[in-house]
Amino acid sequence: MKIGVFVCHCGSNIAGTVDVARVAEEARKLPDVAFASDTMYACSEPGQEGIIEAIREHNLDGVVVASCTPRMHEPTFRRTVERAGLNRYMFEMANIREHVSWIGKDIEANTGKAIDLVAMAVAKLTHDKRLTAKKFSINKRVMVIGGGVAGIQAALDCADGGLEVVLVEKTPSIGGKMSKLDKTFPTIDCSSCILGPKMVDVAQHPNITLYANAEVAGVQGYVGNFEVSVNRKATYVDWEACTGCGQCMEKCPSKKSRDVFNEDIGTTTAINIPFPQAIPKKASINPEFCMKLTKGKCGVCEKICPTKAIRFDQTDAEAVENVGAIVVATGFDLFDHTRYGEYGGGRYTDVITSIQYERLLSASGPTGGHIKRPSDGKEPENVVFIQCVGSRDKSIGRPYCSGFCCMYTAKQAILTKDHLPESQSYVFYMDIRAPGKLYDEFTRRAMEEYGARYIRGRVSMIYPKGDRYVVRGADTLMGAAVEVEADLVVLAVGAESAKGAPQLAEKLRISYDTYGFYMESHPKLRPVETNTAGVYLAGACQGPKDIPSSVGQGSAAAAKVLALFSKDQLESDPQISEVDIKRCVGCGKCIETCPFTAIELTEFRGQPKAKVIETVCQGCGNCTTTCPQGAIQLQHFTDNQILAEVNVLCQQTLPNYG
Amino acid sequence: MSADATELRIVGFLCNWCSYGGADTAGVGRFQQPTDLRIIRVPCSGRIDPLFVVKSLIEGADGVLVSGCHPRDCHYSEGNYYARRRLEVLKRFLPILGIDPRRFEYTWVSASEGQKWKTVVSKFTEHIHELGPAPRLDSEACAQAAAIALQGL
Ligand SMILES: Cc1cc2nc3c(=O)[nH]c(=O)nc-3n(C[C@H](O)[C@H](O)[C@H](O)COP(=O)(O)OP(=O)(O)OC[C@H]3O[C@@H](n4cnc5c(N)ncnc54)[C@H](O)[C@@H]3O)c2cc1C
Ligand code: SF4
Ligand code: SF4
Repeated sequence: MKIGVFVCHCGSNIAGTVDVARVAEEARKLPDVAFASDTMYACSEPGQEGIIEAIREHNLDGVVVASCTPRMHEPTFRRTVERAGLNRYMFEMANIREHVSWIGKDIEANTGKAIDLVAMAVAKLTHDKRLTAKKFSINKRVMVIGGGVAGIQAALDCADGGLEVVLVEKTPSIGGKMSKLDKTFPTIDCSSCILGPKMVDVAQHPNITLYANAEVAGVQGYVGNFEVSVNRKATYVDWEACTGCGQCMEKCPSKKSRDVFNEDIGTTTAINIPFPQAIPKKASINPEFCMKLTKGKCGVCEKICPTKAIRFDQTDAEAVENVGAIVVATGFDLFDHTRYGEYGGGRYTDVITSIQYERLLSASGPTGGHIKRPSDGKEPENVVFIQCVGSRDKSIGRPYCSGFCCMYTAKQAILTKDHLPESQSYVFYMDIRAPGKLYDEFTRRAMEEYGARYIRGRVSMIYPKGDRYVVRGADTLMGAAVEVEADLVVLAVGAESAKGAPQLAEKLRISYDTYGFYMESHPKLRPVETNTAGVYLAGACQGPKDIPSSVGQGSAAAAKVLALFSKDQLESDPQISEVDIKRCVGCGKCIETCPFTAIELTEFRGQPKAKVIETVCQGCGNCTTTCPQGAIQLQHFTDNQILAEVNVLCQQTLPNYG
Repeated sequence: MSADATELRIVGFLCNWCSYGGADTAGVGRFQQPTDLRIIRVPCSGRIDPLFVVKSLIEGADGVLVSGCHPRDCHYSEGNYYARRRLEVLKRFLPILGIDPRRFEYTWVSASEGQKWKTVVSKFTEHIHELGPAPRLDSEACAQAAAIALQGL
């Protein structure tokens, strides 16, 4: 075998702490290595051309590139060797950047380690085989999970691109957080005026099927051919028949039901349509508060409903959808401020959250857009805003910045002055973070035009005094303690990952970070892709994001799906398991182990044998580890290939520096 | 590890999706680590045959570190559960083979946990250096181990 080794400088990223010329020199001494050199940027155009030239000139059978992580450029270099006529699996990478040059400063030790890693890659390559991908057809339908503004945008863009879309939303209406907002920064345009038409488009689009009040129960399959089961939770109303007239809501005698849409500011009826612009505009019953369902009495709605849509005996139903791609847009949740005991811990009625305040400001909210304190309905004079409640606080496990709170607090301070010209707003902040277009100007307007008083410092405690509160904190710019009397306190609660995000991630086989936000494939270059082919991310499920970024990401995810579906067939990854029929004794252990039921039992000359179903196998290799005969081998990660690396490593005589 | 000390031979088997990614994240974050460890990438921790570990230790590795995705967070749903069972059994088996079980460890590190990876590598390397180079298993040592194992039966 003739192998070529290319050791990358990566500018000074690698060459700065690894003697790349020596690595190439040592590589040349390895058995089977016919050519080795160092190169400035292996991934650049001239770098790749150099590899192609060397393959042709030296008639190479395989190539090792020692550079960055294969998780970044393995596909790039596989294409390179393919362009030179080699099979793309006759290629190995040694990671001498992330795993060597960037984590150690000692050139001698780093160089020794790089030499080892190259030798391991070469050893593996001598056992590599040419593999060819098979083609399979794709189902050009897409599922969008989560109907916030990001999911709505992704669904509309895909549908306009001609794709069939299935949108699954957990709550009874789409719209997400944005549908609860009054006005939006930095333009102060009415939130439902810009979101409403989009929601209607979703309802009316011939290509979109909407499952509201539904959740994904399970995901099977792989890119191009997912099978998703959706649990449609009982609403106790036949949505086919319901016209959204709302007569049931008027007559329902149970008026103490939780008002989830209005963030529990006030209550609602047991049967309700969450808000006037809801999509779908259908009623549903909250079984916890419905007297018919809890006590067997009442049934007023059933009698009054003009279309006879009430179904007290309705149960959850399952729907199964076959799609080729999935966009996850499940958004975020808000920090539970009751964890801050010093701010009243949820005990003080007039200490509310920012999203509750949005509902108070909103004309369609529980107070008709009048700012009234929850306790006594009085208009507040002094409103105190406290930022970073559940953001940038290590002590409660929320060290990150939630991104949009500085902006929405400025917005709320401006709106407060608009609603109550006599009022005075105070904002306790840590830093103002307003880097978007027109954002800094916006926060300045809150201070300069609207007279909001900004105080830089954390609030240490809030305590009641008569029918007001005393907010005590530090002004770190003045270097003094401050106390402000407040009629209403609004906490800018930070963003956290949506409830159930990790569980959904497990179903989709995607990763999430320490805080439960979904991880993109590459933070800079693949921001809307996940590491699972065919699954994309949009909006705040990936990290706190404002509306413009969420919409941008929704469109980006849609573009990725459209690009994926622009082909009629995809290539399957040939790194899957293969049974050696001569060795297999048909014990079936692999069948029991395979997490994807990708192995079936067949017969060969009257003997039972295992057989891998190519399109279903994901290439995890659990079967290979299980098989007592070594009969089922994961291609490209066979026992021999891995042991070749072990051997080289263990036989190497260790350099002794010191 | 400081550079003036002799390196020991530590083999790391890492799953591609979580721990290999975590090691990459540590690199991107420039988290300085001892240089002894060499990583072998496999798709899933479930692909790690306990025999790879045994073979490494018998052939002269001073330590073996296995790392995969956190339980419940496997790219292949449940590969790491299989791994956990196999590796747990292996840990108990190593003494029977005459191998100090302290030379083998398995952990779960996710792709975002660069800092944790640095800690894991640094601690394990330090730990192997405390144990020192592994005694070479000559035929006599093997026979002795076999005798001990038989006695236990
Ligand atoms: C008080 C406040 C004020 C704000 N003001 C502004 C502003 O003025 N301007 C601005 O640009 N940004 C503002 N924001 C930020 C804005 O809310 C977000 O940018 C936006 O909501 C993100 O949209 P999204 O679709 O990603 O997530 P979300 O709005 O959270 O939508 C996610 C959707 O997914 C659904 N879902 C969750 N889990 C599942 C599941 N497992 N299955 C199915 N469905 C699921 C949810 O029910 C929800 O409908 C504000 C935020 C807050 C808290
Ligand atoms: S475990 Fe091995 S021997 Fe048993 S059926 Fe599967 S491939 Fe055949
Ligand atoms: S590699 Fe084996 S265990 Fe894994 S999915 Fe394929 S057949 Fe199943």
